[in-house]
Amino acid sequence: MSGLTSMGMGELAAAIKAKKTSASEVVDAHLSRIAEKDASIGAFLSRDDDRARADAKEVDARLARGEDPGALAGVPIAIKDVIHVKGLATTCGSKILNRFATPYDATVIRRLRNAGAIVLGKLNMDEFAMGSSNENSAFGPVRNPWDLTRVPGGSSGGSAAAVSARFAAMALGSDTGGSIRQPAAFCGVVGLKPTYGRVSRYGLVAFASSLDQIGPLTRSCADAALSLSVIAGQDVHDATSSPRVVEDYGAALGESARGLRIGVPRDFLKGVDAGVMAEFDKSIAALQADGAAIVDIALPNAPHAIATYYLVATAEASSNLARFDGVRYGLRTESAASKSSLKDMYGETRDAGFGPEVKRRIILGTFVLSSGYYDAYYLRAQKVRTLIRRDFETAFASCDVIATPTTPSPAFKLGEKTANPLEMYLADVFTVPANLAGVPGLSVPCGFSNGLPVGLQFVGPMFQEATLLRAGHALERLMGAAAAQPPV
Amino acid sequence: MLHETLRNKYEMVIGLEVHCQMKTRTKLFCSCPNNFGDAPNTNVCPVCLGLPGALPVISREAVTLALRAALATGCTVHETSIFSRKNYFYPDLPKGYQISQYDRPYATDGRVEALEADGTAKTVRLERIHMEEDAGKLLHEGYPWSKDMSGVDLNRSGAPLIEIVSKPDIRSAQEAHAYLTALKAILVYADVSDCNMEKGSLRCDANVSVRVRGAEAFGTRAEIKNLNSFRNVARAIEYEYERQVALVEAGHKVVQETRLYRADKDETASMRSKEDAHDYRYFPEPDLPPLVIDAAWRGDTLAALPELPSAKRARFVAEYGIPHYDAAVLTLTREVADFFEEVAKGSGNGKAASNWVMTEVMREMKGRESSEGDVSYSSLPIKPSALAELIRLIDTGAINGKTAKDVFSRMWTSGESPKAIVEREGLSQVSDTGAIEAAIREVIASSPEQVATYKKGRTNTIGWFVGQVMKKTGGRANPKIVNDLVKTALDAA
Repeated sequence: MSGLTSMGMGELAAAIKAKKTSASEVVDAHLSRIAEKDASIGAFLSRDDDRARADAKEVDARLARGEDPGALAGVPIAIKDVIHVKGLATTCGSKILNRFATPYDATVIRRLRNAGAIVLGKLNMDEFAMGSSNENSAFGPVRNPWDLTRVPGGSSGGSAAAVSARFAAMALGSDTGGSIRQPAAFCGVVGLKPTYGRVSRYGLVAFASSLDQIGPLTRSCADAALSLSVIAGQDVHDATSSPRVVEDYGAALGESARGLRIGVPRDFLKGVDAGVMAEFDKSIAALQADGAAIVDIALPNAPHAIATYYLVATAEASSNLARFDGVRYGLRTESAASKSSLKDMYGETRDAGFGPEVKRRIILGTFVLSSGYYDAYYLRAQKVRTLIRRDFETAFASCDVIATPTTPSPAFKLGEKTANPLEMYLADVFTVPANLAGVPGLSVPCGFSNGLPVGLQFVGPMFQEATLLRAGHALERLMGAAAAQPPV
Repeated sequence: MLHETLRNKYEMVIGLEVHCQMKTRTKLFCSCPNNFGDAPNTNVCPVCLGLPGALPVISREAVTLALRAALATGCTVHETSIFSRKNYFYPDLPKGYQISQYDRPYATDGRVEALEADGTAKTVRLERIHMEEDAGKLLHEGYPWSKDMSGVDLNRSGAPLIEIVSKPDIRSAQEAHAYLTALKAILVYADVSDCNMEKGSLRCDANVSVRVRGAEAFGTRAEIKNLNSFRNVARAIEYEYERQVALVEAGHKVVQETRLYRADKDETASMRSKEDAHDYRYFPEPDLPPLVIDAAWRGDTLAALPELPSAKRARFVAEYGIPHYDAAVLTLTREVADFFEEVAKGSGNGKAASNWVMTEVMREMKGRESSEGDVSYSSLPIKPSALAELIRLIDTGAINGKTAKDVFSRMWTSGESPKAIVEREGLSQVSDTGAIEAAIREVIASSPEQVATYKKGRTNTIGWFVGQVMKKTGGRANPKIVNDLVKTALDAA
């Protein structure tokens, strides 16, 4: 069977189950494409082709015995290297983990494997998920499949590039301030950040615990829905996971945007690239023509989101990353001084192991939690966070979803923003508010600006992923942008 | 020793922070066994190893035990409390932070009734109790590699602790000792912990300051660490009091600092000053939702609480008519109290039960503990029912008190019933007046001088005659009968 690397997840599973192809054939097709093309992209950090082939054989064998291997039977997926997959090293894009051999699978991996999915490997990312361009990886950048001179976005840059380049039918990413949605927009794929608590974080190396969520990057909203149905749900290993029943997100996709009330916060959409804005406006017009009601809404505190985010996220990160101290696992730098002094060992190890952006954030986070500064920074940020959450609650009284561009601009050039961290941070201006409020966000390809993909973001109320996916599904059909293939 | 005048001038002000390891089956945030003494790093998992990606989940059992401790000390239990991260680097702390409770603990404002040896009662108020996880342990000695490096054992990492913080209500080393004794009794009764200081399941830090008696403001305090027994707590406090009084008297200031008690030298030494104190950068633990203890949980736990030492004490006094001091000693642990109560009930003689338990049983216990270490009452050769039988034998006149002590020691070694011993050894009391009268006749006949003395009016020499008769009857004669018969015989002689 041909075209295996372009098929959707549901399609692949159905074809494998119907024996029109086999899991082995599907996995081989993806592995050869990766072998052929990834040198120019740099999406993968590690692979275990033998394990993937063995897992595929097992799926085929189960089918041969008449068993049902699950909803994702034989579907090849790849995992951002911040989520533990037993048998593969976890690097978090950092030198400090020193190719940490994890002894356990993340809950999401267990669920995906139970559904029959085949893990191909681990994907490149900004170090500890800190970045918006994937240039903060200790293992080199990832290139955007649409233009190899441009970044794929970040921090889940490898995930977006891998799905866009047809290396995998789905990739898991993690999203703390836009790390799924922003690269999805840059690479022309669908990216879903679920509601905080919808997907277990057990086995996700924490960046900012109160903001992090794992989510899928796919080539369609239907695939995102299918993926979420598998990975969502309460987990006894994550006290912040929600007991709420998991919906059949695929069944809720629907046919059109008719009756959907879409809120647009016009005041917030300042400084957006003209090409991006044009695609956004065209999309809104198309949704309206399809039967959606467009509602003016306001998110008055959203402009404070970036500042708030860099206090909350860095504070939590400074604590979460304290465990990388050279004592038990990972890198340990042993100079003459560090051999005799514990403090020196900590300092030298962390200095050698962490990259500049991670250090910057640890320092910032340590500062904002320090005695005498806590109230002015951390506590204040938490208060603003509450205001942002209330903005959403107010807005959702008059609309079902909120639409914004996912990013203010399309993918920028490699090296373009590395000298100016603040400018880089602004790439997340439209995505960060959803993390602070805990609400779900979905980026869907909606068009192109100068040949580069443009993403539209839908944000919904808590646990209303079904509504988001329905809106996204309608937009896909209206704009046809998700079907476009990159030149790779 | 500090001169009496200085002692009268300065008051010591003490607050104690007690860390108590709860006896749960599992650790606080994972399902690893809460066991000690196992080979290093065997009771561990990704959570308590602090592996990246692992998350804490609170143990319901641990919260229930913590709740028992709070209810047993009369604390206000808060429906919602928050866990926080206490951030610092140390090799025994695998996450680089300890999950603890900070500004919103689950329990505040309790009280403990402390009873000193002289019987004075003192109420020590509790500031708060909070839950937290323990750290691991560094292994510096005893391994082949100990010369070159230290090891880390994380079996204890994540073990459930409560920290019980008293208000600065304690005014002497004796009070501190009494408070700890009472607190320990409560925690053991409530089945929260075995409170074994040697095994580290109870740890204590003391905040000590001095002030001129009558002054309202507290002095600057020093925190004393490394106190590994109640006795050392008292000794360290005493040392620290004298050190601070000497400083103040010499016109110096007490500095706020952490000091280490060195038991071998019986002194405290500075460990770190306030300036070097850690900035722990506390913030709410984002991995754990607020802890909610609802009315039902609280109510069920309260209903399941056993009778606590103070209630038991009062009941013993009322029910068995024993003195307050005896009741206090007999309620120090639930085991002793249960043992006593069974003896009291079985014998129908609370006072005698109290005397036997407090003297003979406790003495034998002490002897046994010094040679064998921890001994439990249930493992003693003497069962409470047997001791009750012994008391009944005395009370019914079957044996006399002196014989009873012999029988007791035989019971202790052989575990036999007192009746069996008395019968086999023929120890029953001679109340047969004929046999006693015969013995009296012999004594009177062979002691004309003593009889003459008695006749001269020295009636207090009767004791000598009684002793002689007892000797002749092998100590088994009923002393009261002997006394009466001797008197009658002498008066008639």
